[in-house]
Amino acid sequence: MSDTNKMTLIASKGTFDWAYPPLILASTGVAMGKEVSVFCTFYGLNLLLKDLSNLRISPQGNPAMPMKMPFGPKWFQAINFGPKIPNIMWNIPGLELFATSMMKKTMKNNGVATIEELREICIEMGVKFIACEMTIGLFGYSREDFIDGIEYAGAATYLDTAHHSTQDLFI
Amino acid sequence: MSHQTLDMSGHNCPMPILKTKQALTAMNAKDTIEVICTDKGSTKDFIAFCNQTGSVLISHREQDNYFIFHIEKS
Repeated sequence: MSDTNKMTLIASKGTFDWAYPPLILASTGVAMGKEVSVFCTFYGLNLLLKDLSNLRISPQGNPAMPMKMPFGPKWFQAINFGPKIPNIMWNIPGLELFATSMMKKTMKNNGVATIEELREICIEMGVKFIACEMTIGLFGYSREDFIDGIEYAGAATYLDTAHHSTQDLFI
Repeated sequence: MSHQTLDMSGHNCPMPILKTKQALTAMNAKDTIEVICTDKGSTKDFIAFCNQTGSVLISHREQDNYFIFHIEKS
């Protein structure tokens, strides 16, 4: 494959919502004939964990997040509770889990694929995932925590791959 | 030459593109596929997808909030 068809991404975030952009772009990239590699570093390592069920969204310090309920009558679903709830409320234990489950329900209602589905398709279609060896050590992970079929490397490997790509994104 | 239909109604970005790509991979040249979507962004996305991949977008139309694409594998 020619160099002009290479795409490289850095996935650096590990919350439930931020798991989506790299997986969506990587899967669409391979579908469009690109050779895609995703370098997962710091919290982006979460994308490669065997168990993705612990990923959460955090409304804490995230005033941009719309808060709409995925159930009830239409007028109720249209209310954006985001600006109405003081941010300090999100300190209450359990609310983060509640917000995450509301987000999952909203996504299901909107026909958005799950993270697991998107990652599965990425792997099936040949996206190359590279786990950052340094952050694995830093966060005390072991290779058993991650899915099979990924590579382990460092910054130099990423830079070498990105050197030959025409699309390079930091997420 | 064969023809198939892929119903992606109710599925949102990027699933219609991904499933179409998977279907195209299993098809032979000149085979055609009709993809039915409800994703409002799909018209622009399918034009871009065919542009990049070399598949031929024979036609696309909107009908009662459905977006229907007719694609030929090149």
